[in-house]
Amino acid sequence: MTMFHQLMAKPWVTAQGKVDDLYAGGASSALAKRLALRVFLAVVAVLFFLLVTAYGTRMAYEDWRPAPQVSLLWANTLVLILSSIALQWAQYSVRRGRMDAMRVGLLAAGAFTVVFLFGQFLAWRQLATMVYFDVMNPAVAFFYLITGVHGLHLVGGLVAWGRTVARVWGDFDVGKVRQSVELCTTYWHFLLLVWLVLFGLLFTGNNLDLLLKLCGIR
Amino acid sequence: MDYVAHDASDFARPAEVEEMELYHPKTFIGKYIWSQDAKVIAVQYAITAIGIGLVALVLSWLMRLQLAFPNSFSFIDPSNYLQFVTMHGMIMVIYLLTALFLGGFGNYLIPLMVGARDMVFPYVNMVSYWVYLTAVLLLVASFFVPGGPTGAGWTLYPPQAILQGTPGATWGIILMLVSLAFFIIGFTMGGLNYVVTVLQARTRGMTMMRLPLTVWGIFTATVLALLAFPALFVSAIMMMLDVTLGTSFFMPAIVSMGQQLDYTGGSPVLFQHLFWFFGHPEVYIVALPAFGIVSDLISVHARKNIFGYRMMVWAIVAIGGLSFIVWAHHMYVSGMNPYFGFFFATTTLIIAVPTALKVYNWVLTLWRGNIHLTVPMLFAIGFIFTFINGGLTGLFLGNVTVDVPLSDTMFVVAHFHMVMAIAPILVVFGAIYHWYPKITGRMLNDTLGKFHFWVTFVGSYAIYYPMHYLGFAGVPRRYYAIGGTNFIPESAQALNASITIAALIVGVVQVVFLYNLVWSYFKGKPSGSNPWSATTLEWQTADTPPKHGNFGETLPVVYRWAYDYSVPGAKEDFIPQNVPPRDVVLSSNKT
Repeated sequence: MTMFHQLMAKPWVTAQGKVDDLYAGGASSALAKRLALRVFLAVVAVLFFLLVTAYGTRMAYEDWRPAPQVSLLWANTLVLILSSIALQWAQYSVRRGRMDAMRVGLLAAGAFTVVFLFGQFLAWRQLATMVYFDVMNPAVAFFYLITGVHGLHLVGGLVAWGRTVARVWGDFDVGKVRQSVELCTTYWHFLLLVWLVLFGLLFTGNNLDLLLKLCGIR
Repeated sequence: MDYVAHDASDFARPAEVEEMELYHPKTFIGKYIWSQDAKVIAVQYAITAIGIGLVALVLSWLMRLQLAFPNSFSFIDPSNYLQFVTMHGMIMVIYLLTALFLGGFGNYLIPLMVGARDMVFPYVNMVSYWVYLTAVLLLVASFFVPGGPTGAGWTLYPPQAILQGTPGATWGIILMLVSLAFFIIGFTMGGLNYVVTVLQARTRGMTMMRLPLTVWGIFTATVLALLAFPALFVSAIMMMLDVTLGTSFFMPAIVSMGQQLDYTGGSPVLFQHLFWFFGHPEVYIVALPAFGIVSDLISVHARKNIFGYRMMVWAIVAIGGLSFIVWAHHMYVSGMNPYFGFFFATTTLIIAVPTALKVYNWVLTLWRGNIHLTVPMLFAIGFIFTFINGGLTGLFLGNVTVDVPLSDTMFVVAHFHMVMAIAPILVVFGAIYHWYPKITGRMLNDTLGKFHFWVTFVGSYAIYYPMHYLGFAGVPRRYYAIGGTNFIPESAQALNASITIAALIVGVVQVVFLYNLVWSYFKGKPSGSNPWSATTLEWQTADTPPKHGNFGETLPVVYRWAYDYSVPGAKEDFIPQNVPPRDVVLSSNKT
């Protein structure tokens, strides 16, 4: 039943009572975990949406000076895409019972993620040594803030990833591992999507005039 | 309309909910300190919230003493005064009301009311409380650091919040921001639990539309909080960076104390938008659980089904949605575009429609009900009065032209205290009187309860009703002393003094309530499992207070909505949700 239909129900009517009695009760803990992750992703989405909105609003001011471009971010983006692909591969493998391939996929994803984070750190260093660097410049401050918040979310993901990796050696419950891998994959894809939006919007260039006009900010 | 007997061929099927693995504590510490039982966590939340709330109550006394008797107290100087205002507001709104409604009542009532053994993630639930406690301790710590807590006002507007000259600009503001960040992290953990438990852990037969309105209120408020708190989180982090690393997110180029500061190019209005994008939903985060709880209190104690259940659910959802597009009505005086103001004034007035619907439905539930004037019912009726009062002044303030002159006066203080301080706290009291028998197995003392109600209710009016007039007269809010102002009549001072006396009395009487809580725990009349003859599942548990796992051997199966009171043809005037149609005892005069 869709949400809309549920909200239309009249629980006090006898006929509806018969329908409601058929409701079998809550689902498994696996579904609960998946739902919890989705709700959490909604919270994270709001967080980044607000950061992007704040950035866009600030851009519209007269005195906006764009941050210098850091070309390393292109490479980092590629690495993050690879980590998502690796996890997708792990998920594909675990669903088909190929445990070795799953382990490879998991480990590769972790490695790519660590490389990405290190790359982001290098980008921070690069920007800090540029002549244009000025912590007072909102564009620069936003750069550090947004990359930092995104990076922290990946670090959090790595904790869950680590718990999954610790579980896949020796005898293990395939169902649980499969679920952990699936949850990790969802989370990574989501953070990749967030990153692509952030990267496209904030760091690939500063000619967002059209977009700001469309949003009615400029 | 045959409520009672619909054909019940195979109703004996057990609940098909997957039994959750409960943890089984063996030691005292595992049971009551590091507990993963939602009921214990609820009590932990409630005690912590009420404890810190008492601090905020004392802070309000100190404020009121200064306003009523200026220059009489050597320990209140202008800086202290601003600190009292700030901490009073912040504690009451976030650390008391939000934590008590969602962490306290949410934890206790959600699993019991939906028919679950516990929250779906008990460990995360436990961590949620300890992070909340850390947030509270950080907040308390700010009273003891050099410079004291921040005095920036609970809205923490930059630039003044972090400029030298504002009390607590060195340490206080940092601790405040860190404490808020902790609170939000802790809440998010709890909030995920509440949402997923409601959506995924309901027992057999418990469809969403059979949920008691209490659960609907808490559920919707939690969704709001999950989506609104990130705004506060973002603004707290950004301001933190402005304070510590010297970034300029919110700080414009500014001259402070004769010196040009290093800041340049930040936008203080951006902070206001972020803050109120959180701040307005926050009003409903506090109000929606109160709406839900009060609906159930009225229905139970008037022995009548809630009028317009569906509409009540829709109204809760509609209010939740609308609450995200009204935030800038807190910012009319920030110099916004008039069209912008027009938009927000319109949405603000629209939100009054579902809210008014709820009020009508409460009143219509009372209409020709079998009203029992128990203590919870008294508080519920008190809530309706107070909420209407505060809601109506909200309609005034929602209009830009009315708000601009009144915005910085006591009128606003009176308005928001009526609508989101007194009204929800009356519900908190009503709810405690209502569910205390389930939590402890004993009734609260009725006489003390009635005394507590009347002094609190009448006292609150004595405090806030005259305050509207002070506002009309132009008495500004947030001021330490009014000073030589000609336009304020001298009688305003007398009014101020009377308000303070009322506030002191109302405050002291809360001791009677606390005494009642403690005394009844040991000496109160044993309540039995269902003293109010209520239908919802928490009253149908095998043990009172419910043991770990809530429902004994088997989970209850639900056969009806939560409001089968005074059903025609039934012998009792209530039919619990878990009674199958064939087990309903018919009244003898019906054949």
